[in-house]
Amino acid sequence: MRIFDPHIHMTSRTTDDYEAMHTAGVRAVVEPSFWLGQPRTSPASFLDYFDSLLGWEPFRAAQYGIAHHCALALNPKEANDPRCAGVLDELPRYLVKDHVVAVGEIGYDSMTPAEDTALAAQLQLAADHELPALVHTPHRDKLAGLRRTLDVVRESALPPDHVLVDHLNETTVKEAKDSGCWLGFSVYPDTKMDEERMVAVLRAYGLEKVLVNSAADWGRSDPLKTRLVGDALLAAGFTEDDVEQVLWHNPVAFYALSGRLDLDIASPDATHEGNSILRGGE
Amino acid sequence: MNQAHRTPSTAESETARPSLADLRARLAAHPGIHGPISVWELRIAEAGRRCGPEYADAARVLLLYAARADLDALARVYRQGTAAERRAVLHALPHLVAGPDALSLVEDALRTNDTRLVAAAVGPYAARHLDPHNWRHAVLKCLFTGVPVDEVAELPRRAHADAELARMLGDYAHERTTAGRPVPEDLHRVLTLTEPTATPTGTSGPSRTSGTSGTSGKES
Repeated sequence: MRIFDPHIHMTSRTTDDYEAMHTAGVRAVVEPSFWLGQPRTSPASFLDYFDSLLGWEPFRAAQYGIAHHCALALNPKEANDPRCAGVLDELPRYLVKDHVVAVGEIGYDSMTPAEDTALAAQLQLAADHELPALVHTPHRDKLAGLRRTLDVVRESALPPDHVLVDHLNETTVKEAKDSGCWLGFSVYPDTKMDEERMVAVLRAYGLEKVLVNSAADWGRSDPLKTRLVGDALLAAGFTEDDVEQVLWHNPVAFYALSGRLDLDIASPDATHEGNSILRGGE
Repeated sequence: MNQAHRTPSTAESETARPSLADLRARLAAHPGIHGPISVWELRIAEAGRRCGPEYADAARVLLLYAARADLDALARVYRQGTAAERRAVLHALPHLVAGPDALSLVEDALRTNDTRLVAAAVGPYAARHLDPHNWRHAVLKCLFTGVPVDEVAELPRRAHADAELARMLGDYAHERTTAGRPVPEDLHRVLTLTEPTATPTGTSGPSRTSGTSGTSGKES
């Protein structure tokens, strides 16, 4: 089974995770920028993070045969901290980088005026840079948050088919689908979606433009949830082609809108560059 | 990576690769947006997707060369760059900076654990300017992280009769042996070069794959 996890925060994960993900079939990931649990206090902290998503993290992923791309943005939560707002001025020079395949995560957390401004500004940045956008939908007051998100998307210069609305569930999937956006589902151990509900949603709404991710980060989450969804789909009678469409072709099609997706990954054994993570020789 | 080591005129004469003029034309055909960075710096950022990953290194070095990037520009491109852009700056240093003023970039790259950057940092510019202490640590870091010592420019000249390097290599080999771990073959090769009787002008032979696997790996 070939898997593309379209939303995972590998910065927070270990090399054990990379190894297990590769064994499970994961060959590509997109890491959207988000908050780190501990709030940042300055744009400089974002810049080091962005540099890491364009430097160290893809290097780490490559050691395990996984292609790593990123989405960059000021996240919804920290959009509310005026100390961090300056990062919006720095984003343009980052959004031209080769391995940036989307603007994200943007969207709403508490639906404040500051979040309105950051969301609209960054949808415009995505349009300016010919990038798609990964839009997080809020955990609290989710349906109202989705509607407000879709309103802002409709008012933006970015067409809906360049927008992935993420963290959907049974209450938000229909309106999101009707909007023409791509549909993202995060499968978690306790919250968000689970494998069986994911199977039911795919049965009810079809496979088209649906992306499934683990959204694994520093909290309780599981980077192998994409594989578990694939297994659940097969057990429920979906074909291998169906599974490949959801877990590979759909995320490839969405992020290929950037024109920057590079899925050629050197085999970790074939590179002459060795590695400084796998403890070869030990 | 080898093509980035070549001088622009060498790359231009290679018929199998796009000429410098081709690369320039290809880059110029996509004006893109400017934003807060200069057009040539934008082209450096985009080189992978505009020229293809296999030519990105060469294109970036050629752009830095064509722009006659000065020290401030090189430092800015490095500081604001992805790992691939940083590597290009390191490859361009021997062509663009005469003195040791850009050593801080080499030292920055040598502090990373990214083998792509470590390999690019030990090129001709480091051979020319890196002080003996940092140069020895760079060689040892190559052995630690699995960067083939063939990447170390002017290795025979700099290693020649370097008793301190020989001591460090010997201690490292002892540490490995004591732990029951293999000693990288590259270590013996460098050790031989440190002997006063070794030929300082000799060129390095082909890479031996068995010597490139790295040892303790995690350097932190």
